[in-house]
Amino acid sequence: MTVEASTREAYGRTLIELGKQNKDIVVLDADLSLSTMTHFFAQEFPQRFFDCGLEEQNMIGIAAGLAASGKIVFASSFAVFASCRCFDQVRLCVSQPKLNVKIVATHSGISVGEDGTSHHAIEDLSLYCALPSFTVIVPADAIETTKAVKAAAATYGPFYIRLSRPKTPLIYHEDHHFIVGKSITLRPGKDVTIIAMGIMVAKALQAAQKLATQGIDSRVIDMHTLNPLDAEAIIKAASETGAIVVAEEHLAHGGLGSRVAQVVVEEKPVPMSFVNLKDHYASSGKAEELLRRFGLTAEGIEEAAKQVVQKKRSFLPGDA
Amino acid sequence: MAKKVRQHIISMIATAGSGHPGGSLSATDIITALYFKIMHYDPHNPGWQDRDRFILSKGHGAPALYAVLAESDYFPVEELTTLRKLDSRLQGHADRNFTPGVEMSAGSLGQGLSFGIGIALAARLDERDYQTYVLLSDGECEEGQIWEAALSAPHFKLDNLTVIIDRNRQQLSGWTRNIMDVEPLNEKWQAFGWHTIEIDGHSFNQILAAFEEAKTIKGKPTIIIAHTIKGKGVSFMENNVEFHGKAPTAEEAERALEELG
Repeated sequence: MTVEASTREAYGRTLIELGKQNKDIVVLDADLSLSTMTHFFAQEFPQRFFDCGLEEQNMIGIAAGLAASGKIVFASSFAVFASCRCFDQVRLCVSQPKLNVKIVATHSGISVGEDGTSHHAIEDLSLYCALPSFTVIVPADAIETTKAVKAAAATYGPFYIRLSRPKTPLIYHEDHHFIVGKSITLRPGKDVTIIAMGIMVAKALQAAQKLATQGIDSRVIDMHTLNPLDAEAIIKAASETGAIVVAEEHLAHGGLGSRVAQVVVEEKPVPMSFVNLKDHYASSGKAEELLRRFGLTAEGIEEAAKQVVQKKRSFLPGDA
Repeated sequence: MAKKVRQHIISMIATAGSGHPGGSLSATDIITALYFKIMHYDPHNPGWQDRDRFILSKGHGAPALYAVLAESDYFPVEELTTLRKLDSRLQGHADRNFTPGVEMSAGSLGQGLSFGIGIALAARLDERDYQTYVLLSDGECEEGQIWEAALSAPHFKLDNLTVIIDRNRQQLSGWTRNIMDVEPLNEKWQAFGWHTIEIDGHSFNQILAAFEEAKTIKGKPTIIIAHTIKGKGVSFMENNVEFHGKAPTAEEAERALEELG
């Protein structure tokens, strides 16, 4: 049976641990601490927690000022507000001066569900990956979230960490070895590689199991860090499997798919297929309903993998 | 000293061939007073943790800040003529990555006050006594983020934070009251919970008295609305919106320097 856990709760609990270890950890929120789970830290360390109210732009500036004074600053909100709402502030006050601010955004993607289109952050990765100094991470489960948050605290510089609203299946064990910028090959395979991030990683593993029963041997990579991207693993996958599927809960442009494609085109061109939201905004609905509607499912990945394998074979007659 | 700073501003911008003389000249007396009479800092140790901080939120006023920093010995005065040139440490708008003594980058207006609030909160967390000063322009008060920050600094009871508005009444394309009126400024900031002081921003006595008064105010931040003249000190630049973002020609610069003689 699949065990599920909340990435944002893992974040909140990890902040307490970090706060106990280091008095320079400071946390900001914009009136969403009960949802982003920074309220755990607020209760434990009220002096080092600042609720900035519904002032995301101001929050980023305050975060930068604290960071410039030597603090390790975590600033949280929903992904939609932590990206689109304050992008100019992030660019000028955090990215350009390379300050030690960790923006941890919860409620990303369409799996936010019922709150509707305004609340679906599906542009955020494109925005943050455009900023040269940002490390951008999308953990696949709660355990990876804890590791990523600790790595962010221990590494100087701007980070964007993207978390989800719903609980997600646990993929890793406590001994999970996480390195920023180093992807994880969860399953070996030689026919096709599925590169996924966040909630799509568990679905990619399910798809790989189904594909195996149909004679397609799929490699699955958890590309948790979008910037800096693990180009080495991508080139290796392109060389060894000759076909790549990228699965992400994001619009088509500027996210993981675009970034992987750039490496593939430049280093080792092979057929690719993309599972994402294309150019569409979603609507209200249950998370699972929306993911199904847009094909962000194990079945959607399975289908894309079959297509790309077909394409590979038509490109290379005899190479089956 | 203010006269010297104004001379630098004219020479720098004329040499660069672009820049913002009007708002640099209006802010000159305020920045000069801060660096030569009010603030504690060590130009040879820009990262000294107990230094007072000055944040130029109106980033286009950078020439005034650069001139003052050079005269304060942060870097050689000769470097001022490199303004806006390739490989110069003196960027078109103030940038903390490039210039010793520049606390924060600016150029997208409305952001410096939030940064100042972060600095002031850090002082409280670290139990340090330094003061934080933020200089805004009046046109900048049209940015929404200013009012987010205006709301939050009194909420956090930041009495170690002082804001100055360079109220020169003009912005890029004309008089502020015609573009987007910001009045009544004093009442607005008071309503947001600030201690307000209004002064003549070209009177050193009034500037110094205002900063001294700000230090005595407890439990809330202070804002000094400094009434200034855009292009102050050069007759043909004064209240002339044309010189918001235009460099003087060589001939104009010569005339300006004569007047500042």
